[in-house]
Amino acid sequence: MIGIDILITQISGLDRGDLERWIGNGWVRTEGTADAYQFQAIDVARAQLIFELHNDLSINEEALPVVLHLLDQLYSVRRQIDDLGDALDRLATREFRQALARQVQHSRAEHEAG
Amino acid sequence: MPECPDISDTTSLDDPYKTLGVARDASHEAIRNAYRKLAKRHHPDLNPGDAQAEAQFKRISAAHQLLSDPAKRARFDAGEIDAAGQDKPRPASYRDYAQGSAGRRYSPGGDAQDSWDHEDISDMFGSMFGGGRRPSGPQRGADQHFTLTADFLDAINGATRRLTLPDGRVLDVKIPPGTDDGTTLRLRGQGGEGSGGHGDAFIEIHVAAHAFFRRDGADIRLDLPISITEAVLGASIEVPTTGGKVRMRIPPGSDSLTQLRLRGKGVPAHGKAPAGDLYATLRVTIGKPDAALTAFLQGWTPEHPGDPRAAMEASA
Repeated sequence: MIGIDILITQISGLDRGDLERWIGNGWVRTEGTADAYQFQAIDVARAQLIFELHNDLSINEEALPVVLHLLDQLYSVRRQIDDLGDALDRLATREFRQALARQVQHSRAEHEAG
Repeated sequence: MPECPDISDTTSLDDPYKTLGVARDASHEAIRNAYRKLAKRHHPDLNPGDAQAEAQFKRISAAHQLLSDPAKRARFDAGEIDAAGQDKPRPASYRDYAQGSAGRRYSPGGDAQDSWDHEDISDMFGSMFGGGRRPSGPQRGADQHFTLTADFLDAINGATRRLTLPDGRVLDVKIPPGTDDGTTLRLRGQGGEGSGGHGDAFIEIHVAAHAFFRRDGADIRLDLPISITEAVLGASIEVPTTGGKVRMRIPPGSDSLTQLRLRGKGVPAHGKAPAGDLYATLRVTIGKPDAALTAFLQGWTPEHPGDPRAAMEASA
């Protein structure tokens, strides 16, 4: 956990006012109160991402919540797929996993063929 | 497809202009725009799990870093430095956290989301393996919601009621015995039409009030008027119940507000619920003035004189 001053030094060019607004918008989460915010490593990485989206990729703050919401959904689904993969790893036999992979390939081919 | 230079070509590693797809005399603004355009597409946090995007983004960033700095760009153009070693080490990426369990902190529905429950699994298997993702696949019809007002006695005893839907279809709705106000019945396969079968119809039952019965859980209550003669002398009278008339004995000397119970004559047994009781609250009615009764009372000395309001005065 780090405080807001350290976070700002870690992201070159980050404006404190911008960061505080992002926190206020709920785009970056924090622990603690406004006078002593504490950030987890993921919060720092997220601030970095938002900074890049905003400054380098010119995604304005009107569009940012849409982008973030889509990203959050993307990562949520990816975590779920990982969970599912882990569960299959533990529960399914090697033969079943191979059959599953073949079937997925087959379904995709069928789907693409229309 | 947007125009995209072939940045997988390894020779472009040494040529940041080629990496960004700009001319050697490109303006600062043109370089920045080219970088933005490519970064939007290849930013690794926007392409989790795509190693190629990550490698390409590194090259784009390195090229941009070199060309966006006029001093470095001039030295590169003069052949004093090459493009190598320009990519500054990036801090840990958002995707590194978001991919793992730490990422739950930013789940779309809050912290507790993306935990697995039965519906998630069905959803996921549905969309992974089922027809859900194929818009051309069979689609179940929509569920439809209707309301039906049932007579009090139909709701107590059960009945079949005919419901004509807005689309002209006619549904026979079986109202089970003991149906409570606000109960929703589900008629499987009676909802909207779809290529993958009908949806369900949901019928919300409103129970109309009755002239003298009131439902109280499994019990039924009613006010039962009796004559002064029946109250004083006692009687065997016919009482309406939701299942028809039954005889009930009124004990001699029954006051108004006396509550008599008819066991098992409330809401009939249904499912696992046993039958309720009927509670009749007596209401003594004097009726029209009666000369003989008046004359009798004028000459009557009560055997047990007392003030019927004594209890009120005591507590006042």
